[in-house]
Amino acid sequence: MSEQVGVQSSSLTERFPEIILPDSRTGYSGFLVKPENLVVVAQALRDEMGYDYLSSVTGVDYLPENKMEVVYHFYRTIGGGALVLKTQVDRENPVVPSLTPLFPGAEFQEREAWDLLGIRFANHPDLRRILTWEGFHGHPLRKDWKEPFFEEEAKPFKSRWPEGHVYRAEDKNPFHDNLQYPAGFDPEQWSPETDELLYAGLKRVDKSDDLLTEQVVVNLGPQHPSTHGVFRMVVVLDGETVVDLKPIMGYLHRNHEKIGERNTFLQNMPFTDRLDYVCSMSNNFGYALAVEKLMGIQPPERAEYIRVMMAELTRFLNHIFSIGFLLNDLGAFFTPMLYALEERELILDVFEAVSGSRMMCNYFRFGGVARDIPVEVMEKIRKLVFDRLPRKLDEMDYFITNNEIVRGRCEGVGVLTAERAIALSASGPVLRASGVAYDVRRADPYSIYDRFEFDIPVRYNGDIYDRYLLRLEEMRQSLRILRQVLKDIPDGPILSGKPQYQVRVPAGESYGRVEGPKGELGFYVVSNGKPNPWRYHVRAPTFINLTSLAEMCRGQKIADVVTILGSIDIVLGEVDR
Amino acid sequence: MGTESLNSPGYDIPPEMQSQVAITTLDKIYNWSRKNSLWPMMFGLACCAIEMIGTAASRFDFSRFGMEVMRPSPRQADLMIVSGTVTKKMIPQIVRLYNQMPEPRYVIAMGACASGGGPFKEGYTVVAGVDKFIPVDVYIPGCPPTPQALLHGFITLMKKIETQSLRSVPWYQKTPGEPIPIPILGPDLMDPRKFDLIKQVCSQREEQRNTEPEGESTHE
Repeated sequence: MSEQVGVQSSSLTERFPEIILPDSRTGYSGFLVKPENLVVVAQALRDEMGYDYLSSVTGVDYLPENKMEVVYHFYRTIGGGALVLKTQVDRENPVVPSLTPLFPGAEFQEREAWDLLGIRFANHPDLRRILTWEGFHGHPLRKDWKEPFFEEEAKPFKSRWPEGHVYRAEDKNPFHDNLQYPAGFDPEQWSPETDELLYAGLKRVDKSDDLLTEQVVVNLGPQHPSTHGVFRMVVVLDGETVVDLKPIMGYLHRNHEKIGERNTFLQNMPFTDRLDYVCSMSNNFGYALAVEKLMGIQPPERAEYIRVMMAELTRFLNHIFSIGFLLNDLGAFFTPMLYALEERELILDVFEAVSGSRMMCNYFRFGGVARDIPVEVMEKIRKLVFDRLPRKLDEMDYFITNNEIVRGRCEGVGVLTAERAIALSASGPVLRASGVAYDVRRADPYSIYDRFEFDIPVRYNGDIYDRYLLRLEEMRQSLRILRQVLKDIPDGPILSGKPQYQVRVPAGESYGRVEGPKGELGFYVVSNGKPNPWRYHVRAPTFINLTSLAEMCRGQKIADVVTILGSIDIVLGEVDR
Repeated sequence: MGTESLNSPGYDIPPEMQSQVAITTLDKIYNWSRKNSLWPMMFGLACCAIEMIGTAASRFDFSRFGMEVMRPSPRQADLMIVSGTVTKKMIPQIVRLYNQMPEPRYVIAMGACASGGGPFKEGYTVVAGVDKFIPVDVYIPGCPPTPQALLHGFITLMKKIETQSLRSVPWYQKTPGEPIPIPILGPDLMDPRKFDLIKQVCSQREEQRNTEPEGESTHE
């Protein structure tokens, strides 16, 4: 894989000899480009070299060098490794040209970089705060920004151990709460944030030559039974038809990245569980891969098999759960969900037996997994994989797939074409249901996925029904992988080296990505050799998949919006982080 | 709960009538009916909501406790299960939902985050416990609490309801209760009840900054 990338990179430096410089810092890879040349290079990458998929956009605050860096990860949808492009600007008033006109999938990610790091993207169509709110003071991921409960730059805090002078965080704050305001701030002078900017950005249709009817703005959420959590959509309606839609998130923004940069590397593992809280095992997987890449270690054979086993069980669990939810959204209230949850409980029993917790498994370690699988649990998994789960899957297929209402409401609704899916950086089932056979497990194999026989299911209509069928088929393929894992799993150690609380991570950057059940889950980690990551960024698949929500919904009926959202399968813990 | 346990001691009912007649106090019968028909609001915030759904499903099945009717509208609910991390962006809505619930109303803080901030307490947009804004009846520890823990929380709430008296509950007083003022999103979350404190601290800091040599960071 690296050779292939090498060929491409030399052609890139040949194409832009003056403009592009290889990133020569130790532990870093990719290319540095000046902000003014960024758009030209990105266009050439897309149109001439086939890097049509902009996976991740994020910023890094290099405070000691007084630089802000924006990092772009480009991929080809035909597979292969990443091409990493970086551009550096001054920390004071950083402005970078926006790539949203070229790669619409960058829209939310650039808004996030603006919100959290204060990097302004010129030419961005809608540069508003996304995870915090308009009016929030400062840009929290900047290294000199301190949260109200700030204690020290990095953990472990001296107050905890070994001295152990523990105090309540509230005691040191003048408000005795998690609050801070700019000096001289007067709350009575504050005019509360209104959504005017948001409403102004919504499109309306021109109806001057038609019957003049009012176009209504409707807010769905954040407390709404079918938004899968605290998610809000603002919809412009012409009658029942959706004219425009804007998703609003951040209602569950838990500062994952800020906390992650204070934590030590290992302390982040349990936090990744809480990203996509339906499938914690896959989140562990991505983070473990990213850090292992930096550390240069390889887990032992048995651990690799256990990891794949857990990731595939998680995929099954997530997909059956999401199908249950989709049916909920279609109006089949809770009955299909009960069938789905029955299987979920059985898989959670396995997770509890191996990791000690039902949902927040915290099971992976750098270089292996935390505990071995007991013999009787292995037997349980075997029974599930060979007997129960395939049977229940067929049952679900039989009940739902040809149901007249399901077909009537799902076929041809919420269509996303292949070209748009790639442009909008959609991933996972959303991308594959639109006819793009892109699965990280095959396109850029990690762990031991190259040893197993399995197909990447693809559907071509890009509607809700195809997303449903694709998930069904993916569960079959997961079971196929699981059968091979159970047949081949060797005995042996489950962790390379001794278990340790503090890992030594050499300086450098790494991007670990896995095909999570919801799409490409990536972790971008920058280490400067200290016990804490300098930058810790999560490329959350559902966050980026939501970029295409508006496009899928335009022209559909309001009742279908809920179903379309269900078919994307979002989890707010991951969207908002 | 049969009529036997409803009957207040001291009143002898002939054995043949014990299954039909109970002599009891208003408090007792009120609490008895109240606690056996709690309607939770269908309201999920984060990870704990998934466990709440798990509790509603077949293995744990909280309809055994008379609470199978989950209502998405606060107007029809009398139990709010705050299931997950409460963020500053969400708390205005939570307070509004709480104000919209008809009395009598109860609140369960499910999980570490809702009880006190949990693992995300140090985060800049996390409210360190929903009880900073709305009164909580039962706290359930865990991250997330298992369905068994949630069921235990329900039973604890029922026990609490059993001990309430119509004379002392906050609803049914002479003057109606005030709604909780809805917090405002400013540079940070602002509780209208604390405007004076905010003003005072911020002006102090302004003075400090003016007297200090320039170029110092404003953050503490």
